[in-house]
Amino acid sequence: MKIKKKIPLIDQHDKNGFWGGKFGGNYIPETLKKPIEDLEILFGKLRRDRKFIIDRDKYFKNWVGSPTRFIKLENLTKNLGGAQIWAKVVSDANGGAHKIYNATVHCLIAKKAGKKFIVGDTGAGYAGKMLSMAAKKFGLRCKIFMGAKDIKRQKPNCDAMKKNGAEIVPVYSGSQTLVDAVSECMRYWVSNCDTTHMCVGSTVGPNIFVKICGWSTAQISKELKLQLKEKFKKIPKKIKLINCVGGGSSAYGFWSEFIDYKKSQIELIGVEAGGPKKSKLHAAPLSKGASLGILHGAASYVCQTKEGQINETESISAGLDYPGVSPMHCFLKDSKRARYTFASDEEALSAYQLVTKYEKLNPSLEPCHAFAEAIKIAPRLSKNSIIIVNSCGDAKKDRDILKNRLKKT
Amino acid sequence: MNKSLIRLAFKKVKKEKRAALLTYIVAGDNTKKKSLEILNSISNNADICEIGFPHNTPIADGGQIQTSSYRALKNGIKINDVFQIVKKFKLIKKSKPVILMGYYNVIFQYGENKFIARCKKTGVNGIIVVDLPYPENKKFADKCKKKSIDFIQLISPTTSQSRVKKIIKDSHNMIYYISMLSTTGGKLKVSTNKILKNYNKIKKINKNKNFVIGFGITEKNISKLKSADGLVVGSAICNEITKSLYKKQNPVTNVSIMVKKLKHKIL
Repeated sequence: MKIKKKIPLIDQHDKNGFWGGKFGGNYIPETLKKPIEDLEILFGKLRRDRKFIIDRDKYFKNWVGSPTRFIKLENLTKNLGGAQIWAKVVSDANGGAHKIYNATVHCLIAKKAGKKFIVGDTGAGYAGKMLSMAAKKFGLRCKIFMGAKDIKRQKPNCDAMKKNGAEIVPVYSGSQTLVDAVSECMRYWVSNCDTTHMCVGSTVGPNIFVKICGWSTAQISKELKLQLKEKFKKIPKKIKLINCVGGGSSAYGFWSEFIDYKKSQIELIGVEAGGPKKSKLHAAPLSKGASLGILHGAASYVCQTKEGQINETESISAGLDYPGVSPMHCFLKDSKRARYTFASDEEALSAYQLVTKYEKLNPSLEPCHAFAEAIKIAPRLSKNSIIIVNSCGDAKKDRDILKNRLKKT
Repeated sequence: MNKSLIRLAFKKVKKEKRAALLTYIVAGDNTKKKSLEILNSISNNADICEIGFPHNTPIADGGQIQTSSYRALKNGIKINDVFQIVKKFKLIKKSKPVILMGYYNVIFQYGENKFIARCKKTGVNGIIVVDLPYPENKKFADKCKKKSIDFIQLISPTTSQSRVKKIIKDSHNMIYYISMLSTTGGKLKVSTNKILKNYNKIKKINKNKNFVIGFGITEKNISKLKSADGLVVGSAICNEITKSLYKKQNPVTNVSIMVKKLKHKIL
C-alpha cells in the first residue's frame, strides 16, 4: 500500500471509492445512490469553480476567522524539558472547533444544490453546533441528530444549537452516542434525500462525505504551512504533528499539506480514545488492532465482534467516542505514513490539568488526548524537535464533566 | 434450466392469478425457538419467506425492524443460529423459498464464499444485501448465481432510468422495488396509484422478471397494490411481534392471524 505524491489524499481512491484498494467505498442503500452521485458531480464541479473557492475563502476569513493562531507553549515546554511544544489553536475558529470548516462548506454546497434543509450528526456537539450556526447564516433549516447520552454530557453545545434555531433529535437506540446519531441521520436522509442535504460530521461515511470533509478541514494545514515558514523561515527539520483521532477530520485537516514530506522530517501521530483505564471498552480501532469492517457506508477498521456487530465504545470525550475511523486514516496507517496510539480518559484529564496550569489555553477533552501524547514524548526529545498539537476544540462544552471528574480525583 | 424455487413460486401464483405474499421476520426474534415457530406458521400463507439476519447498525431500517433486530441480538442470536433456523424450517417446508436479508458487514466478516456455501447447504434460495448496491454487488451476485442462489437487486424511486435498465439486465429472478423514499416500515407518503405507476414503468422493461414491492406495506394498503407480482410485509409483522410480547400474548398466534388476513386481502 503506497501513498502517491502531489495528489491530495482525498483524491487517492480508486473508481469504486476505495483508498489503498480496501478502505472507504460506498456501502449504501439503493435509495442513496442517486443523491450521492449528484453530490459527487456537484462537489467535483464546485471545487474547480473559482467563484466558489473565493466565496469559501471569504467565509473562512471573515466569518470563521482564519487563520487561527500558531503559538509556542513556552511554560509547558520549559516545564517538561526536551522538545518545543507548539499549538495550532484551531479552537480560535468561530464556534470553538474545527467542525466549522466542514459545516460551512456543506451549507455552501446545500445552497448550490438548491436544498432548503440540512441535517447532520454530532457527538461532542461541535459538529452540530457549527452546522446550526452555518445553517442559520445561510438560511437553511437544520436538524441535528445526537445520542441521548451525549445530549446529557455536552449540554453547553446543545444550548447553542437550540439558540441557533436547530432542532435536536435525540437518539435512544444502541449506545446512545455518536455511532447511533450517525445511523439515525443516515436513515433520515434515506427518507428525505429529495429535499434535504446531509452533512456527515467527520471524514467518515460514504466516499464523497470523506472527501468533502477532508477538503474543508485541509484549511488547518494550509494555514500552518504558511505560519511555519513565517516563524522558522522554512519548514523545520524535525516536526511531530500530534492530533486526536475520532472520525479523524481534524487530524486529516492538520496533516494534509504535510503528507508528502518524509516521515523523518514530519511525523504524523494520531491519538485515539483509549477509554477509562479500567474498562475493556475503548474507541481506538487503529491503535488497538480492530479488524476491517463496514460502518456507515464505508470500510474501515472498526471496533466490532467476530460476527460483524458494532461494539459499544467508551470514552470521556464524546467527540472521539466512535467505533470506526476515516478510511483515509486506515490508509495512512497501513502505508505507515502516520503512527497511531491512544490515551486513556485519565491521561487526557491530567493533560488537561497540566496544559491549563501552564498555559492560557483551554483545550477540550478531545485534543487533550493529543496533549497527553505530547506530554509523554516531549521530555525524551531534543530541543530542536518541534511538537505541534492541534488544539482543535475548546473545553467550554466539557464544563460539567471536568467539574465532576476533577473534583473526584 | 432455471430451477429457482423463487421463480417457481411466482409461476405458481401467476397461475392462481394473484400476487405473491412475501413476509419478513428477523431470525431469533424474540428467541430462536419462537422465530422458527412463527416462520413455520406464517409460511402456510406466505409464498416466500424473507428472514433477516440481524445487525446492530441497520442504516436502512425503521424503528420496527430495528426493535426486532436488537431484541434478537440481545437474546444472543448468532449467524450460526440463523442458518440453524433456516435448516430446521427447510426440513419441514422443503419447497418454500427462503430469502436471507441483511447488511454486508455480517457477510463480510463471515467470508463471502463461506457465507454463500453455507446458504447453499442450508437451502437458502435468495439473498438481499441492503447496503451492497449495484454495480458493486456484481461479483457477489455472480457468486450467488453459480450456486443457484438468486441475488435480489433493489430499485428505488431515486434510481435513474438508465440505471434501472442495467440493474434489471444483470438481475436474477426477482427484483425488489422500494415503494418510496423511506427506511423500512415508514408510513406510505405517496399514493398507491403513484407507486403502481412507477412500478409498471419498471415492470415494462422486462416482463419475465418478477418484481415485488416493499416498504410501508400494511393490512391497510396491501389490497390496493395487489396488481404487482409480489408484495413484501416486514415491519408490520415485526411490530405485531413487539405488540404481542408487550401484551404478553403469543406472537405466533397473532402474527399468523395477521399474515392470513394479508393473504386474503390480495386474493
